[in-house]
Amino acid sequence: MRSLIHIALIGNPNTGKTSLFNTLTGLNQHVGNYPGVTVDKKIGTSKLPNNFKAEIIDLPGTYSVHASSLDENVAVKILIDTESEYYPEVVVVVAEVENLKRNLLLFTQVQDFGFPTILVINMKDQMLKKGIQIDVDALARDLKTKVVLISSKTNEGISELKELLANYKKIQPAQSFKLNTNSVIKVASEKEQNHRDTVQRYQFINKILEKSYRVNRKEAKGLRAKLDAILMHKIWGYVIFFFILFNIFQALFSWSEYPMELIDSFFGTLSETVKNNFLPGVFTNLLAEGIIPGIGGIVIFIPQIAFLFLFLAILEETGYMSRVVFLMDKIMRKFGLSGKSVVPLISGTACAIPAIMATRNMESWKERLITILVTPFTTCAARLPVYAIIIGLVIPNDNGFLGMNNQALVLMLLYLLGFVTAIVAAYILNKVLKIKSNSHFVIEMPNYKLPLFKNIALHVLEKTKAFVFEAGKIILAISILLWVLASYGPGNDFKNATTIVTESNVNLEETTLNVKIASYKLEHSYIGTFGKLIEPAIQPLGYDWKMGIGLITSFAAREVFVGTLATIYSVGVDDEATLMEKMRKEVRADGVTPIFTFATGISLLLFYAFAMQCMSTIAIVKRETNGWKWPLIQLFGMTSFAYLVAFIAYQTLK
Amino acid sequence: MDLIENRYDLSLTRIDMNISDLQKGEKAIITSYDLDSIPLKLIEMGCIAGSVVELVQVAPLSDPLYLNINGTHLAIRKNIAQQILVEAVCGA
Repeated sequence: MRSLIHIALIGNPNTGKTSLFNTLTGLNQHVGNYPGVTVDKKIGTSKLPNNFKAEIIDLPGTYSVHASSLDENVAVKILIDTESEYYPEVVVVVAEVENLKRNLLLFTQVQDFGFPTILVINMKDQMLKKGIQIDVDALARDLKTKVVLISSKTNEGISELKELLANYKKIQPAQSFKLNTNSVIKVASEKEQNHRDTVQRYQFINKILEKSYRVNRKEAKGLRAKLDAILMHKIWGYVIFFFILFNIFQALFSWSEYPMELIDSFFGTLSETVKNNFLPGVFTNLLAEGIIPGIGGIVIFIPQIAFLFLFLAILEETGYMSRVVFLMDKIMRKFGLSGKSVVPLISGTACAIPAIMATRNMESWKERLITILVTPFTTCAARLPVYAIIIGLVIPNDNGFLGMNNQALVLMLLYLLGFVTAIVAAYILNKVLKIKSNSHFVIEMPNYKLPLFKNIALHVLEKTKAFVFEAGKIILAISILLWVLASYGPGNDFKNATTIVTESNVNLEETTLNVKIASYKLEHSYIGTFGKLIEPAIQPLGYDWKMGIGLITSFAAREVFVGTLATIYSVGVDDEATLMEKMRKEVRADGVTPIFTFATGISLLLFYAFAMQCMSTIAIVKRETNGWKWPLIQLFGMTSFAYLVAFIAYQTLK
Repeated sequence: MDLIENRYDLSLTRIDMNISDLQKGEKAIITSYDLDSIPLKLIEMGCIAGSVVELVQVAPLSDPLYLNINGTHLAIRKNIAQQILVEAVCGA
């Protein structure tokens, strides 16, 4: 006898399905991807009575088996594909006390697939407050199955459910609903068939619930109406939204500053330690200069990403996010976006990757595509280190406009520029793109509820992990590649660097000499050669070959620019002040004109604001749009626009 | 009684009213809709002929509309709301 039971959890969104999954599996869960699609697959294990073990799959929330989105499609596929390793032996349909009628539609549909199907009604703790009474026995009889009332909040009914799951063989597959096909009306299209099917199912459900479901409506309402009146007020609604947004940004930066510094210095020290204590050689260099800084470059974003996911999860769990979508929809539509574009655009200020993944719930392909295309314009965390060093270099640190610090003001303007560009680009794309797409916008307005700590924590953990591994793989690979290109070079100049530099600098002490050698090597490495190759193309923007290398390497991720410059100007990565000093002293070929003038600085800032300098984003856009067409259009569109703007800025200001 | 037939019952004697004509807080009964112009998802969420619909709130700029259909709270855009015809509830 097989002691591992495969269980599938399915249910409408907002039924607490994931809560139940978390309760059953705890930390014994992991997320993967379904082959071919990008929908997250959550699998966990749970111990059942009598030494049974369950492998539980948490399917994406869906309203019916007639999938209308990618997520929903996946849920249905699992129930059809008998070959799949996740094909369940028993299905648990998760419903919720308040919307039982709607939840039962999915239940009757799932039951038709021929599985033993258990109905779980969640949020038992809400019944008294909402004035709801359910006759579980009558319901179970009519639906020909077992029904369990649970509360994933108080853990009530969980052991009863586990008992049922262990003995799932006693539950016979059954069909409670029978379709009446004797209707006079001929149904032609698939949609009409589905429509007739749905209407009949609701008639059947209504009949059942008349007997077993009572609700005292007077006790219902209350909190929802009061909160809606304030949070969706035509003035206060927006004030509150922008207040929340402002505070999220504030917290995002001030809270993550400290851990980010710690991570930065940790990896710096680690790299030094490896270099000083390991046997010198290629492997040690690769480890100390390629792999460790590469991993550090990913880990440094964890605090910001985690805090962002934390805030978004809270907004989502409380039910507030749907209200924001409702408030913003009409305004966003003027720009070819949807109310549902708000979440991606906010997330984009941390990282475009999770932001683009957050567009999946949008029904209109055109609105979704535009959102994906413009999201990388928002100022992501990776731009910050680049902005910081250039602003520090070319913008005076004194008070200017309205007594604000000039450097802070420029940074703020760059954020604003990101948003405005995204919106304007969306407006243009909306006019240009000839895509026929319906605006079948439907969004559920869930009840307000206090978020459960356990759910939020697991959500943040899972999302952050996904980001680190998904984006991390690419960033790490590029870091290693760049290290190779920077550590080897063509011709004799690279090979004999030590001799050449030593001979022409006889009087230098050893440390300074080593720094000179490293710099000379980089200049004559593959990547340095390449930087010189593209110099003519970037000269009109005010850049030299050294910045050219930075532009190329930062294609992996924007923040790599700073590290590259540090290597080129031969200073330690941590030492920003020294780096800035060196950059300030850099001169052009004539030996007098400084390179980092105001004009060059502004040109660089604008280039980084607009250019698609991010491998990982391109990869994710390719996945989400199923092809190379859109990521390539995005890459060339954004980068040529960046080039143009930087060119104009430099030529006007120089 | 087959509710599906209501779809073809666009009686001319009655003034046709759709969901977007409702006042805030007003309730009505869904009578029919053009199946081709509304998403199946909406039907599956309970928007079928015979269901009671209440206009809970209208967003600033009068779009989208926040509805309560048979106890399900959802928001749809005006262009879809206009495709769903309703009949006033007596005494509501």
